[in-house]
Amino acid sequence: MSDTATPYAAQAHARAQAGTRVEAMPTVPARAAVDLPPGVLAGDVVWDEIIAPGGYASRQIARGSRLRLTDLAGDASVSLLIFNAERPIERLNIADTLKVQWNGYLGPGRLLLSDMGRVLASLVEDEAGTHDAFCGASNQASNARKYGDGFNHGAHPNARDRFSLGVAKFGLGRKDIHPCLNLFKAVRIGQGGETVIDVGPYAPGRFVTLRAEMDLIVVLANCPHVLDPRPDYAVTPLRATAWRGAVTPQDDPIRNATPEGLRAFLNVEDYFSR
Amino acid sequence: MAFDPPALNDIVHDEVVPARAPWLHTVKAGQTLRIVDLEGNQAVDFLAYSAADDAERYSAQDTIAAQNNIFLREGSVLLSNEGAPMMTVTATAVAYHDTIGGACSCESNTLRYGHHTKAQHACVENFLVANAGQGRGKRDMVSNVNWFMNVPVEVDGALGIVDGISAPGLYVDLRAEMDVVVVVSNCPQINNPCNGFNPTPVRMIIAQ
Repeated sequence: MSDTATPYAAQAHARAQAGTRVEAMPTVPARAAVDLPPGVLAGDVVWDEIIAPGGYASRQIARGSRLRLTDLAGDASVSLLIFNAERPIERLNIADTLKVQWNGYLGPGRLLLSDMGRVLASLVEDEAGTHDAFCGASNQASNARKYGDGFNHGAHPNARDRFSLGVAKFGLGRKDIHPCLNLFKAVRIGQGGETVIDVGPYAPGRFVTLRAEMDLIVVLANCPHVLDPRPDYAVTPLRATAWRGAVTPQDDPIRNATPEGLRAFLNVEDYFSR
Repeated sequence: MAFDPPALNDIVHDEVVPARAPWLHTVKAGQTLRIVDLEGNQAVDFLAYSAADDAERYSAQDTIAAQNNIFLREGSVLLSNEGAPMMTVTATAVAYHDTIGGACSCESNTLRYGHHTKAQHACVENFLVANAGQGRGKRDMVSNVNWFMNVPVEVDGALGIVDGISAPGLYVDLRAEMDVVVVVSNCPQINNPCNGFNPTPVRMIIAQ
């Protein structure tokens, strides 16, 4: 008789798995997270998870929270969607993010702007500086061409289908998947308009830290960049760690850095004046 | 003349869209949509949805990634968010067109120019009005094409809407690769050079 032949035996078998540790998994409770950024108290940590190569996560974080994304092994490739958690019809607007800040490249101090003229998140730290706002998510067709398949249930999931799962967990659907940001892989624009990607290899441990300027839903897909020229499905784990923090004060240097950005913060503060 | 457009046969629709106005029309697979910049330097903000399933729609990012270039030129294929060809630029008298600048909105105008611009009419308003008749709403707003608009990216990443490179009578021809619903905002922006600070009419012609 096998050891799962009765409900009692199956229960014992299932329960015996408790405590298993693998690389890609959440820390629950999050305050048990270790190896935190300097100055971050374990009790303030609200989310800590290692997202597998090809994996995804979606999560709500509060206004003022910091979200650090760490490229643990140097080959993470994260596509990112952001929504106003209170009213997800408001969401990241890539065109406004670039146009309003007069620049196509992300870096420290840059803002991620919504389609309602507000700042969703500030990039308060950026140890990477290699990001892409132009090329968007891989999709099933692009992954199938490159790797033979792109299914969620296969070995080569694509970022768009990962997004469809991530948003579904919040009751959102295909129409809510908007143009995204790609973190950790650089795309620069040549003088003829050409897109030039740099996939690394990069040093392990690079990170970016976002400060939530509104209550946010963030959706992350850790899939190879759509322009990655390497034939293999090359991507390594991503760590997401979020902790509680103060709402941005009026004398914050990022808030006051540019007239356009200041008005985006004023619009946020106006939204929360209730 | 070098800028003479190809002849169009069997014209099925021909309409002048007034300055600042929205426009919506279905273009069937195989048909050509010609957009004529009648007075020059007018930005034509443009979205396309699959007529069969409007959750499939134009994707600026898929288009950029697939052609490895941010500019739309003759031969560029407009891709959907599922990676499917929606329309092809079969001819244009303008060197390149923009798809990174997005659409103006009342809200983004407050950031770009100041809160005094909030009451001005904007492209997103046009898109919302035109789409509302077919049940689409704000979730259907994505990054769009700006025909005739010029958004260069400098070496350091600096970008912005600058003076146009179009002229009176210049055109772009788009062949539909699937049945598409085309939604246009004939940009009402008056605070930047996208239309020379002076919105003007454009002509939309659909031919078999």
